Amino acid sequence: MDLFLENISHSYGETEVLQDISLSIPSGKILCIVGPSGCGKSTLLRLIGGLERPTSGQVIQLGSPPKDTINPLTYVFQDFALLPWRSVEKNISLVLEDHDIDRASRAEIITGVLARTKLTDFRKALPRQLSGGMKQRVALARALAVNPAVMLMDEPLSALDSQTRELLMDDLVSLWTRQPFTAVYVTHNLNEAVRLGHSIVVLSRRPGCIREIITIDKPLEEREVWDGELDQKQKYLWNLMREEAMAADQELLNV
Amino acid sequence: MSERMPVKFRGGGFAPTSKRGIGILVFVALIGFLEYGTRVGFISNLTMPRPSDVFSTFIDLWSSGLLWQHLAPSLMRLLVGASLGISAGIGIGVLVGLFSFIRAGLVPLVSALFPIPKIALLPLFVIWFGIDETSKYALIAFGTFTPTVVSTYGAVDNVDRSLIRMGQSFNLSWLSIVTKIVLPGAMPGILSGLRISLAIGIILLVAAEMLGAEYGIGAYILEAGSLYDLERLFTGVAILSVMGVTISAVVGLIEKRLLNWRV
Ligand SMILES: Nc1ncnc2c1ncn2[C@@H]1O[C@H](COP(=O)(O)OP(=O)(O)OP(=O)(O)O)[C@@H](O)[C@H]1O
Ligand SMILES: [Mg+2]
Repeated sequence: MDLFLENISHSYGETEVLQDISLSIPSGKILCIVGPSGCGKSTLLRLIGGLERPTSGQVIQLGSPPKDTINPLTYVFQDFALLPWRSVEKNISLVLEDHDIDRASRAEIITGVLARTKLTDFRKALPRQLSGGMKQRVALARALAVNPAVMLMDEPLSALDSQTRELLMDDLVSLWTRQPFTAVYVTHNLNEAVRLGHSIVVLSRRPGCIREIITIDKPLEEREVWDGELDQKQKYLWNLMREEAMAADQELLNV
Repeated sequence: MSERMPVKFRGGGFAPTSKRGIGILVFVALIGFLEYGTRVGFISNLTMPRPSDVFSTFIDLWSSGLLWQHLAPSLMRLLVGASLGISAGIGIGVLVGLFSFIRAGLVPLVSALFPIPKIALLPLFVIWFGIDETSKYALIAFGTFTPTVVSTYGAVDNVDRSLIRMGQSFNLSWLSIVTKIVLPGAMPGILSGLRISLAIGIILLVAAEMLGAEYGIGAYILEAGSLYDLERLFTGVAILSVMGVTISAVVGLIEKRLLNWRV
């Protein structure tokens, strides 16, 4: 299942947040979106997943999601959004309960995703007993449990320290290589973008429009922490972003 | 060269922990003081009954079997009235919290009803429901209803919106979102509102029993008061206090059970 954004524009009242965004989200790839703070990345993600309606333009779904998909467009949130009163397994079971899945296969799905995210030992733990990295792995397990056609991830690693972030990036890479999933991955961290993105969309300052799309052909599993080629890309991205940030500053001066 | 000293500790506090026994100690100290004062004489017997006399009055009341005769109908009235008022209050409060139209329609009404001293309406309830039990249930129900509505919709308002968004993003049904996200999320606020509502319920119980009740703690207190029988008056008041403490302890237990997920 592929997604297409067609001439998406969005405003909140007077402020125009996104301007004429057209983009294709191919299946089986990770698409990263980077851009200066406040340029509308989170808004764009909410539009893609149908949590908000664009002022104009539309999001088109081409083809139907795979048969075994429970929730085609699934979010992973920056703040984890776990229910604090439910244990790890109950948090995952929450998103399966409304569907016609019997108890046994539900337990099977939960066991499976917990194993994939290395959380088997924490099945019964409450969110408050988990570290930030583990909470985000629970959120990831919950997203995987519904077998999404597209994962919509809004800065999923931003609330974590840099070591945990490295570990989770490795986890994401190995999850993807074992079973490729489609993802739109919003981040402001350029290193995450070049490590995880098959293509990277750079948005301009507000109102956000597409400044440039770069692709990285190197397979995810071959990308290293210190990697000359990736460093080049990252530097290039940084220059693009810096121009945007400086232009935004300039606008403030001219007011 | 310079003198060595440890950095001063400035943290701590602002984190109430449960200290067993302190509450009992305060009661014991207060009662002990009254006992001592009335025995030595710097508190006259006319201003305050001696705690030991109050206690023996209580024992008399117990052994004569009259205690249950008064307590049972009171507890029944509180139970029926408060359950009606609180369940209606939670129901309406959740609706007010969830639906803009209901909120716009009902919040002004609730604000108008809240400050009315419900005791003043007792004659009205007697006309509506008769002098027997029903009017007492109605008074207690009405009195616990308004504070429960206010605390419930406040609690629903305070539920983390990002959790609701999460529920929507996973295509949970409306009913699931309400029962699995909104209600548990509002539970801390609802339970702390419950304490206040139940205390108001006890106050109204006594008020209701002062009009046309043969038995009941309120009737007992009223009778003692009209005879200026301070020992019996204080026995009745002490029973009410014990009821208050017990209810608060029960709510505390429920909180412990239901809210064990909190830090
Ligand atoms: N619900 C809303 N109502 C009004 N304005 C909003 C709303 N949500 C976002 N905005 C505004 O839209 C702009 C874009 O917000 P958005 O959160 O999408 O940016 P972002 O790129 O995700 O920023 P960040 O890097 O800080 O996460 C901001 O200026 C913000 O103030
Ligand atoms: Mg954002």
